[in-house]
Amino acid sequence: MATLEQPPVVSDPQKTVATNGRWAGYARLLQMRMLEMWREPEVIFWVFVFPLLLALGLGIAFREKPPEVTPVAIVAGPKANDVVQLLQHSPEHASIHAEVVDPTAAENGFRLGQYSLVVTMDAAGVHFRYDPSRPESVLARTQVDDALENAAGRKNPLPTFSTASSEPGARYIDFLIPGLLGMNLMNSGMWGIGFALVEMRQRKLLKRFVATPMRRSDFLLALVSSRLVLMLIEVALLLVFGVLVFHVRVEGSLASILLIGALGAVSFGGVGLLTASRAQKIESVSGLINLVMMPMWIFSGVFFSYERFPKVFLPAIRALPLTALNDALRAVILQGASLTSQLSRIAVLVIWGGVSFVLALRWFRWS
Amino acid sequence: MPVAIQCRGLRKTYEGKVEAVRGLDLEIQTGECFGLLGPNGAGKTTTIEILEGLLQPTGGEVEILGRTWQSDARELRELLGISLQETRLSEKLTVRETLQLFASFYRHPNSVDAVLEELSLQEKADSWVGKLSGGQKQRLAVATALVANPQILFLDEPTTGLDPQSRRQLWDIVRQFQKRNGTVLLTTHYMDEAERLCDRVAIIDHGRIIAEGAPSELIERLTGHHIVEFALSNGATSNGDSWSALPGVQSVRAEDGLYSLRVHEPHETIPALLAEVQKQHAQLAHLTTRQASLEDVFVQLTGRHLRED
Repeated sequence: MATLEQPPVVSDPQKTVATNGRWAGYARLLQMRMLEMWREPEVIFWVFVFPLLLALGLGIAFREKPPEVTPVAIVAGPKANDVVQLLQHSPEHASIHAEVVDPTAAENGFRLGQYSLVVTMDAAGVHFRYDPSRPESVLARTQVDDALENAAGRKNPLPTFSTASSEPGARYIDFLIPGLLGMNLMNSGMWGIGFALVEMRQRKLLKRFVATPMRRSDFLLALVSSRLVLMLIEVALLLVFGVLVFHVRVEGSLASILLIGALGAVSFGGVGLLTASRAQKIESVSGLINLVMMPMWIFSGVFFSYERFPKVFLPAIRALPLTALNDALRAVILQGASLTSQLSRIAVLVIWGGVSFVLALRWFRWS
Repeated sequence: MPVAIQCRGLRKTYEGKVEAVRGLDLEIQTGECFGLLGPNGAGKTTTIEILEGLLQPTGGEVEILGRTWQSDARELRELLGISLQETRLSEKLTVRETLQLFASFYRHPNSVDAVLEELSLQEKADSWVGKLSGGQKQRLAVATALVANPQILFLDEPTTGLDPQSRRQLWDIVRQFQKRNGTVLLTTHYMDEAERLCDRVAIIDHGRIIAEGAPSELIERLTGHHIVEFALSNGATSNGDSWSALPGVQSVRAEDGLYSLRVHEPHETIPALLAEVQKQHAQLAHLTTRQASLEDVFVQLTGRHLRED
């Protein structure tokens, strides 16, 4: 209650800080925007952690596995050792692991998936017990059958030669990393600008800002700049992650990658601004943002190549900003393409961003 | 004294239907604290937002410090400190950061530390806005206006929803600003706030000014000084005429068995009132006298209470 009785100390009313320069407002807006994002754990998670988790999960799921060894049970009997001998002399011996066990153990192990195949040899010949509904069981039967026949002296009438190939640059993870990067730039552009703006409008903060001498262009510029700063971190994180964890080879120059990243970030910033130009409630803008992004998640080749869609759709798909961004990022990162070779894709991004900005500024509501 | 705020024939029609403001004239002097008083929906916020240059009027003229919004908007923004109704400032910025941000928009702002001190927010300077109490948030809202180093302070419902102590703190802040020759325009639906804080008030109802002047002058002119309220036991009612004939009574108002007499001198009226009660063989269940307030002015003018809740 003490404050009730004591009037606040009067400070010198004429005491003003040094006169603010032209860019003081912009600098503070940018600083505060970055601080706010940094203090929002959800933003950190969705922008930085989530893409890495996605890359890690998908990278592990689709990783190149070491050559599989087929586990085979050989039922103990007089001829069991003959089978083992044959397998050991076959060219495929490295990929087959055979154990001699009694019939019950073989039966149980087969049922539980411990063995893919049960082999019994008697006077009549070799008996395979396999499960046609289990692909690895089918494979094991063929593999062991070939191994035994070859070891027993089968001659193949047609010579064939195979080369194993899993080069960096052509793996799924190599395809995935630039796609995730593009998707991330879209997500954070749309949410980071679109959602943030409507939230500020709903809180009447935009209206409060325009009641000050703040330049409206400074405000929008600061929002876009904050996106560019985040873009740098997003690109660096995903690329470094890809290189360190999955040995992705970055062929293109860092400058080209960053330039295309910046273009993508600004372009989606424009689309986000347009999406948010009139919405009053965060619920309605959330729906709009998802509506805008949904087609691109599906069609723009984030997780799989859009070439799988029917040919008639391809021109429309290539006109989507995320498609252009993903294609340009893949070309530069994976093939070391030059910027000039990506002009058409850059043009798509510039047009989407430019048109969105112009329309957004025309329709934008501050209150 | 030069005129700080002036408007003539102000009108605002929303979507061609709702007439929020219908022809409003105001003239507010430099150094004055002026209150726009009225019930919710009377057009107070619309009026103040037009004066703040945030809403476009449908008709009429506005002049602030000799400038108009059409020709000198940028210059005017530098001179005004504005606190809107229900702005939710960013919760994850600290009090100091919020003030630094607002200060950065002005060419010659107040020092952030000085404003923190004046509004007793130093202790909360490094707390997140989201952690402040309602009263502290409201003080911060006023601080964002004061950090502008303004000549005019616009406050829209600055104390709505605050506890009495926080309200008094805000009144002190407004008085301090006024002492430095600052002009204040505020809206409120609290009568006591207008009476204590404002040099002059305009009572607004349905988009029009129905009374204007110093609070004490309005009370005297429109209600007499005192109100005598009484009720008869068993809720008995009686013909109002017998009360209006009592000495010194200016008018009688009956509401749910409660009679309110506007009187000049209670000591003349009350003995006569007691005699009249006796004459009617009735008994008093309740009798009070009080100073008339702006609330009574509003009731007198409109027949309604300011706050119907």
